[in-house]
Amino acid sequence: MYDVVIVGAGVVGCAAARYLSRYQLRVCVLEKAEDVCCGTSKANSAIVHAGFDAVPGSNKAKYNVRGNAMMEGLSRELDFPFRRNGSLVLCFQQGDIPRLEALCENGAKNGVPGLQILTGDEARALEPALSDSVVAALWAPSGGIVCPFNLTYALAENAAANGVEFFFDTEVQSVSHTDSGFLLKTGKGSFETRLVINAAGVMSDLLHNQVCAEQVNIVPRRGQYCLFDKCDGNLVSRTIFQLPGKMGKGVLVTPTVHGNLLVGPTAEDIPERDGTNTTAAGLETALSTAALSVPNLPVRDVITSFAGLRAHIVRENVDFLVGESVEGWFDLCGIESPGLSAAPALGQDAADWAAGKLQAAEKADFIPTRKGIVDLRALSMEERREYIAQDAAYGNIICRCEEISEGEIVDAIRRVPGAKSLDGVKRRTRAGMGRCQGGFCAPRVMEILSRELGVSPTELTKSGGASRLLSGKTKEVF
Amino acid sequence: MERFDIIVIGGGPAGLAAAIAAKKRGTERVLILERDRELGGILNQCIHSGFGLHTFGKELTGPEYAAAFIEQIVPLGIQVRLNTMVLDISQELVVTCTSRANGLEQLRADAVVLAMGCRERSRGALNIPGFRCAGIYSAGAAQRLVNMEGLMPGREAVILGSGDIGLIMARRMTMEGAKVKAVAEVLPYSGGLKRNIVQCLDDFDIPLKLSHTVVDIHGRERLEGVTIAEVDAARKPIPGTEEYISCDTLLLSVGLLPENELTRAAGIEIDRVTGGPVVSDDFSTSLPGVFACGNVLHVHDLVDFVSREAERAGESAAEYVLGKQKGQREIALRGTGGVRYTVPQRICVDSMPDSLTVRFRVAEPMRDRSIAVYCGKQRLLQKKKRVLAPGEMEFVIIKRDSIPADAKEIVVCIEED
Repeated sequence: MYDVVIVGAGVVGCAAARYLSRYQLRVCVLEKAEDVCCGTSKANSAIVHAGFDAVPGSNKAKYNVRGNAMMEGLSRELDFPFRRNGSLVLCFQQGDIPRLEALCENGAKNGVPGLQILTGDEARALEPALSDSVVAALWAPSGGIVCPFNLTYALAENAAANGVEFFFDTEVQSVSHTDSGFLLKTGKGSFETRLVINAAGVMSDLLHNQVCAEQVNIVPRRGQYCLFDKCDGNLVSRTIFQLPGKMGKGVLVTPTVHGNLLVGPTAEDIPERDGTNTTAAGLETALSTAALSVPNLPVRDVITSFAGLRAHIVRENVDFLVGESVEGWFDLCGIESPGLSAAPALGQDAADWAAGKLQAAEKADFIPTRKGIVDLRALSMEERREYIAQDAAYGNIICRCEEISEGEIVDAIRRVPGAKSLDGVKRRTRAGMGRCQGGFCAPRVMEILSRELGVSPTELTKSGGASRLLSGKTKEVF
Repeated sequence: MERFDIIVIGGGPAGLAAAIAAKKRGTERVLILERDRELGGILNQCIHSGFGLHTFGKELTGPEYAAAFIEQIVPLGIQVRLNTMVLDISQELVVTCTSRANGLEQLRADAVVLAMGCRERSRGALNIPGFRCAGIYSAGAAQRLVNMEGLMPGREAVILGSGDIGLIMARRMTMEGAKVKAVAEVLPYSGGLKRNIVQCLDDFDIPLKLSHTVVDIHGRERLEGVTIAEVDAARKPIPGTEEYISCDTLLLSVGLLPENELTRAAGIEIDRVTGGPVVSDDFSTSLPGVFACGNVLHVHDLVDFVSREAERAGESAAEYVLGKQKGQREIALRGTGGVRYTVPQRICVDSMPDSLTVRFRVAEPMRDRSIAVYCGKQRLLQKKKRVLAPGEMEFVIIKRDSIPADAKEIVVCIEED
């Protein structure tokens, strides 16, 4: 019997887990994928929105602005990359300036600090790569960029360190009420709990609808992105938006905390809840729309493309569905953009709800901090030597493009929850995320995974499930 | 700080030949830094034969070809550090490197030879749409898995790109019991050697689909199939020509890129066409004391040519260390009219060799043409050529005494007969 079951180990579920781990409660997280951060949390714009575009008073506005304000402190406590680089919303036509001004006023109502309308020339003075056709821009200094993977891993690791249990490859198949709470049936047995926090992303409506009278419907809204080589990471230093339209905040051009350039997303409503494929038309749209903001995008420097699904809830006045929808059941449902920015605040509120409900006391031995995997490149020669002196594996470079050492990869595998697959290692360490996209290091990372996990290389997967990397050994057919 | 006469970065065929030549030319302290666990580079995974016809007059396998060089290293007293990754080359030729054995080190060199080789273009570089499932490998990664680790990437493969590694892997996978269903090539001609088309595809009845590319990738976890389509002259897929091929493996052999991260970080001038450093006839780069050779300079077709070029680079580096002055008068050398690039890109007329081998590639397949070398309007030489193909590296030899005293620029081009 658990006190709280959290469904979903994305950034929202992990945030709830982390804030709940402060209390004397038995908490677990059920995740259908093989690892933390396998859904929307791994494929998004990797930005922390300032919060100027949500409707004032909405959950989106409230949680975005609060989450944004929490991000800095959290990044220090939990050691993940976050940078307040500021953002610009571009306006291309004189006639649209009133809409830009309205956006500025909207932001002020939401409590976004420091908003300012710039002329086209002022914007270009900040960002020389911007198009000549920019006539005005909204400057939001509180916008930021974050590593969505490490934010999520940091929350999960800290939760685990404080006693939260994680169950992977554990998809919730059905939910039902019991006398004392809920019964969740999964492919790996049943879980009984007093409270449930529903953070199941694009699947969250399916869970909600099993226990709540008011039905909701989520349509996956796909966003396609192109990631550029680090040689283009300085093309812009701020996050560049265009004036928002009906389908969202439009295509952005942004640096990432790791020094790449990211372009996207598109916005297409699709029927499949696992339709994370890119399309030729989608990638073309992302690139051509982005080129309105930043002409001369060096398209030949694209190193990879990907698609993510936002959990778009279909109803009037679209908003995050947050709160106790039915006794003992807390929804974090329909968390599309700005969900990454809002995640810490959403998690905190869900945790406070559960703790209040169960009148839980705080732990005396709560560990508030977590140390990330070291970034050797950010260290001085001396600091780096010390790491290697402690463990020679930090001297052995495995991923040439991102200069990731064996020490970092081993650390990623040994953490709790740790990497079990090639993608798990990649998202935690960046090994294979560089310009050769794992061409050289994949076989070597597989070797380390096989050694550390004590499994045959032929058992290894790209990302769990049936994503086997190899079909077997040579000479097997003879 | 430990000092060396010459530090060679990379212990593949180029680095080996350069180090050997530098040592034989009279430099004392020569060090090879190799990031992998053994010398020989990519040759170690090229277990097929066909190497060394030009150098040794017989067909060797990759490891055999590499061994012919590796066995000279110890007797010559060349030092080697394996599993060592170079992180930086400073303007003063301080080489920063890291390894398990020696940790983070800084080494001082009088000359540096760049021989880091090249890497394969990835799926992302082509921006192929579809799912990002398991079972998609570069042909070289698959070759390493099969030939060095004894592991099979899959059982039913489609290969995109008809570069040499892709062709070789079509045969290799077939010999290991896999079914290679097709090789798709976006161009109307193959980028690989003719002999590889015959020996690796034709002999095994593997269809080569020219003017075709992969337009979609299916399979959420493991690859389940690809959609290929015919492309028009602008390499755009033609609607209605899509064909689904079920497969669990997609190998990419879609081009090689010289690996010049260190070179760029050192501020060395790069040729936009080759992706390698701009070099003079002695293989010196724009940073004094730094030389380049092999696939880091430009992508070669045959290793024999890598070895020859690297020997010259190694000798030049040794001569530089021993105090030989380069000539003052440097003129440009470039390709035009069907010649995509030349290596070298510069000639020092005062100090160039009597006969200079200029290597280049053509932009498209051609028949019955001439390679011509011009200085202004004056044709210095002309060489008939029956067949020219982008997949095969060409060369022309320019005699020093044929270059006019007032030459400003020399141009290599292809002419109709």
